[in-house]
Amino acid sequence: MRREDVSLTVNGNEHEISIEPSRLLVHTLRGELGYTGTNIGCESGVCGACTVLMDGKPVKSCTLLTMQADGAEIETVEGLKTNGELHPIQEGFSQEHGLQCGYCTPGMMMTAVDLLKQNPDPTREEIRDGLEGNLCRCTGYQNIVNAVESAAEKMHSGGSHE
Amino acid sequence: MSETAPAGKYFGKTVERKEDPELITGDAGYVDDLEEPGMCHIAILRSQHGHAKINDIDTSRAEEVEGVIDVLTAEDFEAAALPTPGHIPVIWHFTDFEIPEAFWKRVIVGDRARYQGESIAVVIAEDRYTAYNARDQIHVDYEPLDAVVSPFDAMEADAPTLHDEAPDNVVFDWEEGDAEATDEQFEAADHTFSVELPSQRILPTSIETRGALATYSGSSGKLELQMTSQNPHLHRSLLSRVLDYPEHKIQVVAPDVGGGFGSKIYHYADEAITAWLAMYLERPVKWIAPRSEASQTDAHGRGLAQEGELAIDDDGTVRAVRVTGHVDLGAYVSCLLPALPTDEYWGVLSGPYDLNAAHCRIRGVLTNAAPVDAYRGANLTDATHLLERLMKTAATELGIDPVEIRRRNFISADEFPFETVTGMLYDSGDYEPALDRALEMVDYEALRGRQAKLREEGRYLGIGVASFIEMSGLGPSAICGMLGAQSGYWENSTIRVHPSGTVTAFCGTSGHGQGHETTFAQIVADKLGVPYDDVEVVEGDTDQIAHGQGTYASRSGPVGGGAVARGADKVVEKGRKIAAHQLEVQLEDIDFEDGAFAVTGAPDRSMTIQEIAAEAYLGHDLPDEMEPGLEETSFYDPENLTFPFGTHIAVVEIDPATGELEFVRYVGVDDCGEQINPQIVEGQVQGGVAQGIGQARSEAAVYDDRGNIRTATLLDYGLPKTNTVPELELDSTVTPSPHNPIGVKGVGEAGTLAAPPAVVNAVVDALEPFGIDHVNMPVTDEVIWTAIQESETGPGGES
Repeated sequence: MRREDVSLTVNGNEHEISIEPSRLLVHTLRGELGYTGTNIGCESGVCGACTVLMDGKPVKSCTLLTMQADGAEIETVEGLKTNGELHPIQEGFSQEHGLQCGYCTPGMMMTAVDLLKQNPDPTREEIRDGLEGNLCRCTGYQNIVNAVESAAEKMHSGGSHE
Repeated sequence: MSETAPAGKYFGKTVERKEDPELITGDAGYVDDLEEPGMCHIAILRSQHGHAKINDIDTSRAEEVEGVIDVLTAEDFEAAALPTPGHIPVIWHFTDFEIPEAFWKRVIVGDRARYQGESIAVVIAEDRYTAYNARDQIHVDYEPLDAVVSPFDAMEADAPTLHDEAPDNVVFDWEEGDAEATDEQFEAADHTFSVELPSQRILPTSIETRGALATYSGSSGKLELQMTSQNPHLHRSLLSRVLDYPEHKIQVVAPDVGGGFGSKIYHYADEAITAWLAMYLERPVKWIAPRSEASQTDAHGRGLAQEGELAIDDDGTVRAVRVTGHVDLGAYVSCLLPALPTDEYWGVLSGPYDLNAAHCRIRGVLTNAAPVDAYRGANLTDATHLLERLMKTAATELGIDPVEIRRRNFISADEFPFETVTGMLYDSGDYEPALDRALEMVDYEALRGRQAKLREEGRYLGIGVASFIEMSGLGPSAICGMLGAQSGYWENSTIRVHPSGTVTAFCGTSGHGQGHETTFAQIVADKLGVPYDDVEVVEGDTDQIAHGQGTYASRSGPVGGGAVARGADKVVEKGRKIAAHQLEVQLEDIDFEDGAFAVTGAPDRSMTIQEIAAEAYLGHDLPDEMEPGLEETSFYDPENLTFPFGTHIAVVEIDPATGELEFVRYVGVDDCGEQINPQIVEGQVQGGVAQGIGQARSEAAVYDDRGNIRTATLLDYGLPKTNTVPELELDSTVTPSPHNPIGVKGVGEAGTLAAPPAVVNAVVDALEPFGIDHVNMPVTDEVIWTAIQESETGPGGES
């Protein structure tokens, strides 16, 4: 079986791997590299549970081949916590009860991290529009919006992750 | 607060969820995150047709694919030395009619497929990609048969027959209530109104699909199945029956579970296949459902077509309700299905209202579609929708305000406990304050004024009111047994105080997002007077937890919480005996408060529960005949069901030119009795409302005439999104339940019941000027636009 060499930097860790050209990025992250925090919900790019940041931009890793990410910097949920400190977005989700089963949460948080990077002070409507590519079946979304709002406030007030 | 559940240090408070740290860091372990040494993967070939004869299955090309371990068909399962997996049992029959095994789901079929997605063959490979690639190499010689996807078409004389045992495709014809008394009420009534609601199916759609990882040790005979489960002990029992394998050699574990909404209650073919293959190969086997397969095979929800009538007098007094229903069973009868559109549905068919009579007749009809079973709110949602649509229709026709008509028919607060015409004993209730609070929040009078004013400007505001009753907290066991249940509906909890005084609560419920680790710990911490951080809750493992019934039907709070509270009370009683013995006083002279056992009137003579725990394990100085250790178990069977209630009001504006709907307000007031954790209660209501809005606005599992599912991916199935669910304004009243020790009622399904009629009534209310008195779910913008086009005053109408 044909395999290709790919190099990926995930949460700052460099990985040189040899994979089948057909392997999706999400399966490589989860199966080959052990970053299982990124989840799979639909395999069609709709639910967003597999969202990671690639070179700083959110991508749905079930719609990308691993080879398309060759040389890229990937950030996953495992990279949000730094030096033992939760990211404000993680604190927001927990404090505002922005999760129930938690399955969509990693993808939701990665999208939210990017959203706040693009727009540090979003309105609730902007948050709702910004997260429409991430489906959650548990929360009804309201507390997720609250979580992102709360994270934005924290980051404004000098959080360490700005 | 009631005497049954005094507000505590933790009970009744919002505290940080114990579940969250691992879920927000990626440390969670869902089934697909788990691995076992030597694990292989399977891909299941499923019928492409809704209905087809299978003439031949050629697996030879698939077997040649590099990395494929084996390819099995029904024939291979039958030829194996292991017993062939049996049918999936129906575990709720009727009192006078057992569902024959002929209608039970099959694990794998080799001769004929009756719905798209039915299992035909399995590929086992070293790698998931290989398994799926090889699956595509299997050639099946199908002979397509005529399919039928509507329960009404299935009852036609020339319809294809799904099972020879039901030539007319009708599996059951069920009746409840007093037909004669109901007829008399209808004859005596000033008015009767009717509404017809079709059999919309819903996909439960947990974002995590179903999956399983099975391991088997040939030497010990131990079979372990880690799976997406809402009730591991039930799955163990069913698996034991299906595989004909001893229950004590099976361990079922639900690791972190990514939502369920009912779909992870029942037993399916796929998990049985995975377990069987682990035994067959003596290798760990993993199966994960791709989304399109989940949509084809997860039990769908609802499927009940209803024709309902209301008998009502001029003054708005409702006399009776009468229903004829047809439930679209799908191709087989799923595990719990018989209970849902019948006993459960019937139980709340009088809603929060005091009626004189009711009657319903429900026929269960086979179709070439996936089987249906419980999904959040089960068919309670259908009863609520029917009743609230009838109330809206009656209010409009009689010229009575929709709020007033409900108020006039509510059961009064002083009538509880209240026996309904459907034979339920409502525990407690006070419906008007919840209604009043909702009206106050939405400023109802002003809103009606605004609606009138906007109509003059050609703008169409709609106000939809829905009051509801939820039936929660299954059991009690004996009553469920009388209704045909094949299992008990108690709950089990063991409270183990460790020698150091920290505590583990082992619970037979099995949470999947609801926050049990948090809420049960709150109960235990208060009962034992120990810090919240000193309590750990363990669920979801049949080897760790003695027994349990699992999590569904909003039973975890009232029944699971009841078991936890009872177990903790027993611990305190044992501790009291030890304290009395060691402090050398009579038992009745020991007071227990805030974790300390003290002599009455001499608070300095006391022992902490931590000290008692140490003594209990030390065992040097215990009362005569007392066994060492500090651990107690409760098999708690509730006194009765609980009946949460509330009123939700949706306010929408519709653009008549485009049919577009915009939510203006959504207000909900719920009463679920005592609240263990208000933030979690509100979260449950929010999630439920979103699911209800989904059903109202965009969700429907659709089949074409050949039995092909047209909504198999999330590209074509309308799940609610962040920007399609409005801001919800929620509040609550608190009427404790006397039916369990902590006064809680359960809240998981409330929003799912309330939102569909609130939204649909709002749409109908908005469209009243067009002469539109009904719309079917899902009420998409297109449905609204079409209704306006076809209305009397619309562009396509006469005037």
